[in-house]
Amino acid sequence: MKKVQLAIVGGGPAGLAAAIAAREAGLQDILIIERGEALGGILNQCIHAGFGLHTFGQELTGPEYAQRFIDRVEAMKIPYLLGTMVLDINENKVLTVTGRETGLIQIQAEAIVLAMGCRERPRGALNIPGTRPAGIYSAGTAQRLVNMEGYLPGKNVVILGSGDIGLIMARRMTLEGAKVHAVAEVMPYSGGLKRNIVQCLDDFNIPLLLSTTVVDIQGQGHIESVTLAQVDERRKPIPGTEQVIPCDTLLLSVGLLPENELSLSAGVALDGVTGGPVVGDDLATSVPGVFACGNVLHVHDLVDFVSEEAGRAGRSAAEYVLHRRSAGRTVALRGSSGVRYTVPQHIDADAMADTVTVRFRVGQPYRGAALCAWAGDKLIRRIPKRILTPGEMESFPIRKADIPADCDTITFTVEEAAQ
Amino acid sequence: MTRQLTCIGCPMGCQLTATIENGVVTEVTGNTCKRGDDYARKECVAPMRTITGTVRMADGRVISVRTRTDVPKEKMFDVADAFNRARPKAPLHIGDVVIADVCGTGVDVVATANRE
Repeated sequence: MKKVQLAIVGGGPAGLAAAIAAREAGLQDILIIERGEALGGILNQCIHAGFGLHTFGQELTGPEYAQRFIDRVEAMKIPYLLGTMVLDINENKVLTVTGRETGLIQIQAEAIVLAMGCRERPRGALNIPGTRPAGIYSAGTAQRLVNMEGYLPGKNVVILGSGDIGLIMARRMTLEGAKVHAVAEVMPYSGGLKRNIVQCLDDFNIPLLLSTTVVDIQGQGHIESVTLAQVDERRKPIPGTEQVIPCDTLLLSVGLLPENELSLSAGVALDGVTGGPVVGDDLATSVPGVFACGNVLHVHDLVDFVSEEAGRAGRSAAEYVLHRRSAGRTVALRGSSGVRYTVPQHIDADAMADTVTVRFRVGQPYRGAALCAWAGDKLIRRIPKRILTPGEMESFPIRKADIPADCDTITFTVEEAAQ
Repeated sequence: MTRQLTCIGCPMGCQLTATIENGVVTEVTGNTCKRGDDYARKECVAPMRTITGTVRMADGRVISVRTRTDVPKEKMFDVADAFNRARPKAPLHIGDVVIADVCGTGVDVVATANRE
């Protein structure tokens, strides 16, 4: 059986950054396994600008950002397989792989970095009534068709969900000559970045209909129209508010789901909230030698944070192979009172770096609030926040020196502004 | 006259009111920090955008492109039309000029991907 010290599953931004960091940490024998026909992952279809402000101090497009990492992987001569899919990973870190170059083979890895990314929530997960015509696409599928294949899926578009990909596609299809009639969002606030609402919708006078959803889809062979309706605070449609919008395309931008089938087959424990692996501060999963980073771990808004996180996973994987760190005292991290989850889910209070960045999302928008970290009833850090929204991932640095010796759980909470 | 706009400086999305007299912003209110003031002054007088898109190459392949820097916002659709008329030849690399001085803006359209 082919053997490799570190197998990296996925050659997108997370896999590339993990590979580079592992090599820099001294690991020679690395293999990146990529399902697509090119390295770069989803960045290849994200041709808009806005990537890399944190990492490179300039606004790159997705392909430009990816190429900087691909160039380093090439310069370091890190091997990779394209058009090659990992079908299974077992508990002993044996990968079953198929591809044109390899055929069906098994690879024994000493360590694995999971970097498979995420996929879009499909129509089937939404229970939208109506017929099943052609012309309904996830926003990312439309993005691929327009930006990589060079096809415009339709001319009269309605978008359900105000996630960033949907907003970006509203602008993109408008500039390509389509008419985007509306973006409907079931929540009373948008899940997208403010900048995207202004520059992708307001710039083109595209209405953003909050507390509104699709309640019916009409059309037999091809979609002909959708029915929108306002919803109440319990997200139930309000009778009498329906409006029919003729269209030939409905895009769904309704959330992303970490793609963890391989993690499960390897026996990795998943977090019920993030849908990704439960990890420690070194991004180690519950299976020794298996690490996770990027959107397979939890869905990010900024690729810069993916690269940083993946670098940590790559270094940890290299460390695992070259000289295992000794385990110390485990401190659980958990979210409460508005903090939905944390990544990592636990830290090693002895082996951790001096500062570990804990990332999470809040469950609703808050103004004038503060984020707090508690060790029991002792407040160990409080960070005032003028604004918190579910669409923006929060970063909360925890200092090793601040963790009390008798602490076994750190709880993160939102302290709401006084009324 | 006054103009309402939403600041894009951060997730706060402050609702700004800019007072404009003779094409000059004289006052900005509603902002919580200096970024809102800066944004309103530029956005009201000379709004600029970086335009990205795709171009069909002479050999039929698609390549992603951008304006190298931002261009006046009112040129957005003209620039998008220019993308659709261009038929550049391979090879193209990141930063190579695909359209020089697009729509008289003085800004080049450059490739954002590599096609050998």
